[in-house]
Amino acid sequence: MRTVTLPVAYMPLVDAAPLIVACEMGFDHAEGISLDLRPAPSWSSLRDMLAFGHVDAAHLLSPVPVAMALGLGGIATPLSAVSILSLNGNVIGVGTQLAGRLADQGYGFDFSDAAAAGAALAQAAGDVLVFGVPFPFSMHVELLRYWVAGTELASKQVEIRTVPPPLMAQALAGGEIDAFCVGEPWGSFAVDDNVGALLLPGKAIWSCAPEKVLAVRNDWAETEPHLLGSLMRAVWRAGRWLSNTGSRTTASEMLSRKTYLNVSPELIDRALMGEFTISARGEQRHVDGFVEFFDGAATFPWRSQAKWVAHQLAKRNGLDAGTAERQSAKVFRSDLYRRELQGLGVETPGASEKLEGALPESTAVASTNGSLILSRNVFFDRRIFEPAG
Amino acid sequence: MNQHLTVVVVEQNQERAFAIVDALKEAGDVDVYVIGNVSGLARKIATHSPDIVLIDIDNPSRDMLEELTVASGPLERPVAMFVSSAAGGLAKAAVEAGVSAYVVDGLQAERIKPVIDTAIARFQVLRQMRTELAETRRALEERKVIDRAKGLLMKAKGVSEEEAYALLRKTAMNQNRRVAEVSEALVTASGLLS
Repeated sequence: MRTVTLPVAYMPLVDAAPLIVACEMGFDHAEGISLDLRPAPSWSSLRDMLAFGHVDAAHLLSPVPVAMALGLGGIATPLSAVSILSLNGNVIGVGTQLAGRLADQGYGFDFSDAAAAGAALAQAAGDVLVFGVPFPFSMHVELLRYWVAGTELASKQVEIRTVPPPLMAQALAGGEIDAFCVGEPWGSFAVDDNVGALLLPGKAIWSCAPEKVLAVRNDWAETEPHLLGSLMRAVWRAGRWLSNTGSRTTASEMLSRKTYLNVSPELIDRALMGEFTISARGEQRHVDGFVEFFDGAATFPWRSQAKWVAHQLAKRNGLDAGTAERQSAKVFRSDLYRRELQGLGVETPGASEKLEGALPESTAVASTNGSLILSRNVFFDRRIFEPAG
Repeated sequence: MNQHLTVVVVEQNQERAFAIVDALKEAGDVDVYVIGNVSGLARKIATHSPDIVLIDIDNPSRDMLEELTVASGPLERPVAMFVSSAAGGLAKAAVEAGVSAYVVDGLQAERIKPVIDTAIARFQVLRQMRTELAETRRALEERKVIDRAKGLLMKAKGVSEEEAYALLRKTAMNQNRRVAEVSEALVTASGLLS
């Protein structure tokens, strides 16, 4: 079969797995395309590579296309998030000094209770607490802000600074930041580097946070619907392959290669298995479904997810929340997802929006074949997101 | 009236930084500052209050500059990447040349253009040099691996250097791979077996 080469940009992170697997396992060739994966040195250059047409698709932080639709952050090329690449997968960690003070307070590092972790950190921290995050428009920032606002940390002066993930451990060691929120493997890297301890998985703040999306330019989506469909199906198959527990060791090995993440497979394995070493003393914690690529309709781009992000961005940047939500809902393309994946017999939900935070247990919902189960979806403070528009 | 511009160049490599500074100074009435150490980047930039910030596209620290594009950033004046304010073609050319520019809002496109044009030309040269250097390095590394593989074959099979190379080349052709790849596989395998 004649294959079309598709340049796709990604950041070397565990959650780039669906793209790397699609390429390594040949899911792309099965769809008549050949992925040409290009690592990006920074999120801003990755965004530019996509916006200026150097690549046709990208692994992107879910808030980036939303922010662009709202006119925040410079570039304004209209982008579409055609599927969710991953849910969750971030960790919050603190430097050794703060970790020591938390331990002295008798904090147990349960790695699950976000309210208790916030209270303990507020007690251990000084007046000012500086967090490092990978990018100003990211789920990392949104989770941190949401967590800070809902805990005793709200009484502190919290600053959030951008630090590229591979430099996070160094910034912590150098005292530039006190804590961080970053995607794996960079949290575990800081632990192994002896400069910090892990406090919470991002999942403890929002159990169902859309972390990375598969993004394309709107004009490309319109002019190349067949390529788009092939790309979406190849990536969807990769997600399904990743959801098999038996695939994880192979996936860790693939991702660890020099051309991709270039770190030890053991470090990647922690995220894929949800088995964490949270401190230099070797304490172990388990997180069920730490990062999700498939189960519970994880890849479906819910318009309500875009609205949640837009709501938070609007509040902080002085925009009207209702207008921002309406503008951003169109960015998450549940319509394209249905169109391109239904042919595969993929279960798609009946609705394109859901009440974020309103699912305390996994629940069966109306869907094409009637057998779709959505995963638990709650915020740590049990609030339910009410859209303004 | 040709008022002068203040430009900040973020570049860790001193030689490259000087090359850019010289080119910009020749191009017009500009004050150029170089920031080499990226810790506290946004704060350092703010102290110079520049009109334009130039940074290598491959610099991972570029994300730190994105903070400046958010209204609540440490610069008093809002900063936008120049694509939002100037001609789109210029932005694309800059990205292709490997330079990113951040321009403080309110600056007219015609005043930015000469500076960006010069930067684009300079970065193109630098990028080409870097690619050539990387290729030379890679060729050297491959040479080393091939030599080691040849040595292994000569020892294991008691053949001459020429025969060893012929064997590597034949295997590479049969498997539709490069000689360097076959050599690397052999060196790795022999490392495992020894």
